Amino acid sequence: MANNYLYTIMKKEILADAIYLMDVKAPRVAKSCYPGQFVIVKMDEKGERIPLTISDYDREAETVTIVFQAVGPSTKVMAEYEVGEAFRDFTGPLGCRSELIDEPREELADKKILFVAGGVGTAPVYPQVKWMKENGYDVDCIIGARNKDLIILEDRMKEVAKNVYISTDDGSYGFKGNVNDCIKDLIYNQGKQYDLVIAIGPLIMMKFVCILTKELGIRTVVSMNPVMVDGTGMCGACRLTVGTELKFACVDGPEFDGHLVNFDEAMKRQQLYKSEEGRVVLREKEGATHHHSGCGCSDNA
Amino acid sequence: MDVLKKIPVREQNPKVRATNFDEVCLGYNLEEAKEEASRCLKCRNPKCVDGCPVSIDIPGFIKEVEAGDVEAAFKVISQYSALPAVCGRVCPQESQCEARCIRGIKGEPVSIGKLERFTADWARENKIVPEMPKEKNGKKVAVIGSGPAGLTCAGDLAKLGYEVTIFEALHEPGGVLVYGIPEFRLPKNKVVKAEIDNVIALGVKIETNVVVGKSVTIDELMEEEGYLAVFVGSGAGLPKFMGIPGENANGVFSANEYLTRSNLMKAFDASYATPIVAGKKVAVVGGGNVAMDAARTALRLGAEVYIVYRRSEAELPARVEEVHHAMEEGIIFKLLTNPTEILVNENGWVSGMRCVEMELGEPDASGRRRPVVKDNSDFVLELDTVIMSLGTSPNPLISSTTEGLEINSHQCIVATENNGETSKAGVFAGGDVVTGAATVILAMGAGKAAARGIDQYLSSK
Repeated sequence: MANNYLYTIMKKEILADAIYLMDVKAPRVAKSCYPGQFVIVKMDEKGERIPLTISDYDREAETVTIVFQAVGPSTKVMAEYEVGEAFRDFTGPLGCRSELIDEPREELADKKILFVAGGVGTAPVYPQVKWMKENGYDVDCIIGARNKDLIILEDRMKEVAKNVYISTDDGSYGFKGNVNDCIKDLIYNQGKQYDLVIAIGPLIMMKFVCILTKELGIRTVVSMNPVMVDGTGMCGACRLTVGTELKFACVDGPEFDGHLVNFDEAMKRQQLYKSEEGRVVLREKEGATHHHSGCGCSDNA
Repeated sequence: MDVLKKIPVREQNPKVRATNFDEVCLGYNLEEAKEEASRCLKCRNPKCVDGCPVSIDIPGFIKEVEAGDVEAAFKVISQYSALPAVCGRVCPQESQCEARCIRGIKGEPVSIGKLERFTADWARENKIVPEMPKEKNGKKVAVIGSGPAGLTCAGDLAKLGYEVTIFEALHEPGGVLVYGIPEFRLPKNKVVKAEIDNVIALGVKIETNVVVGKSVTIDELMEEEGYLAVFVGSGAGLPKFMGIPGENANGVFSANEYLTRSNLMKAFDASYATPIVAGKKVAVVGGGNVAMDAARTALRLGAEVYIVYRRSEAELPARVEEVHHAMEEGIIFKLLTNPTEILVNENGWVSGMRCVEMELGEPDASGRRRPVVKDNSDFVLELDTVIMSLGTSPNPLISSTTEGLEINSHQCIVATENNGETSKAGVFAGGDVVTGAATVILAMGAGKAAARGIDQYLSSK
């Protein structure tokens, strides 16, 4: 993959089976990004534009950290890139930064915040928790996954969160149950109280966390990751319904009030290229080229 | 030769071109161009020039074509336009230069657009490039957006000696020329890239993947990176939707998304990774040039395609040539028809569109007759794909992150027409970001005016 592309991979780590972390040299993005925002990566001339939420950044080293799961054809190719190789395009930061950053400090100090991270969604949660720690605020964090092998960034999260609770569906590590069971355990059995939940993970997880927190009366912020093309407001592919309004995840989000998001619609839209109708289109393409492609990003947070 | 008629231009056969993405119009050869040029009356007071937003010396270049000195013709045009091969293809000449041609009073006007295109194509094929400016003056100017306005402004400033950097949000320069207008109307590598290379040859730098307002702000460019002036030509990129039920169903796209996938991401070419829904039965809602582009793209991807437009053929905002081409290729026009609901199947995918028939009433504020709904006229069009082409508005990313930049109620940046000046010192703007969605050549005219404005501003500092 010899090329003269600009955005060089400085570090690569395998966090779990098929989950990769990369530090990418991108001076402009590293200088101006904040937790909550995302980037778009285009590997080469013919690649897709893949949106990925920023997992960390180092302003001095001029690097931005991305974490992705190699599920689609594009992300599988991306997983083969090694340190020293480079991506053709790396655009950002896109979207709005976490609302925490712009909140008055005295209000933030009074707030009890629980982060709920599901699977690869742990990656975008990490920089928010880290920012809170660096600014002197303690927060709790649940990391949930199907099983122990899919828990990522546990050690790093422990360095920045006051309490980290692990929950696995099969009980192979930590609390046995899904993240909702874990939230209930914290509140009902351990006497915890929260004023704000920030939940990032698969749509289905965020949907059910929101149903629970609505019952509990806890405001909840979620991060949406729909199909997108340009990421700057141009295409409208990432549109979703929030309350009664049409929003674009790329410019109005990606974070929204989870109690207002229409998750059922978002889940249908996520299936655009996976539904029967969508697959027909792709089969025709694959037949021609042996090069399948959906939106490789759609399972990532 | 009948002097009252244009020399016809060769085109791909409609049946053949409906299945490929190659350019529809094949252009003149030298003989045809010389013959067409001989129809020009070389008016001493040429009206055509008044009709050109960048005031090209039209009789001047046509005279050279007639004499067979195409290089000289190209040099004449280059004094006024950095993108002649583009403009020769996409300018609405019929309502600008050619509308005022004296030849056109009795008979058909001179085919100015096709002659411009011929001249620019000939120059490219013969590797004639614009002359590099003499000396740099060391003054840095930032241009935001690499569409027609930005490229023109940058080119003109470079010719005056400024050190110009264009910041482009996407991964390719060209703006609407690469993401919006399809290959079959404006070839990307052959024409657009070549003309951008000519702008680069003038010394202009282009930095892609920079979203101004996010990656860096205008204030940072001026305060930290040493740019003395900034031109904003970021276009009108935000799509509109109708707000009818079912619009978020799978299979409903903005024309922007559909065209971006096909043009910028080259989804029509199977060797590129980005997918596109080809559709079997597609309706494009709207009647502008963008609607024609989306419809003709869907057709080439194999669909049966309808244009659904609420007024009649006479009010279609698209160029006559585009409508004509679309009809020739087999696009079905459902005129005086307005959608009211998109019907969705159990998988969340489009299954049809409920529409009503319209009739034309009294003229409205735009001067066009207002369409009103006919009673009991609703019917269902069975479809699997709907493309909304209802116009676009400027992206607020820049205006919302730049202190002191005045915008109007349409989110457009307020700028003086003759020099591009905005409410913020050192910041100029032009093109769709000021006017709302308009044409390539009007944006170029605004880019030119702003280049003059910036030169005056920096010369007097």
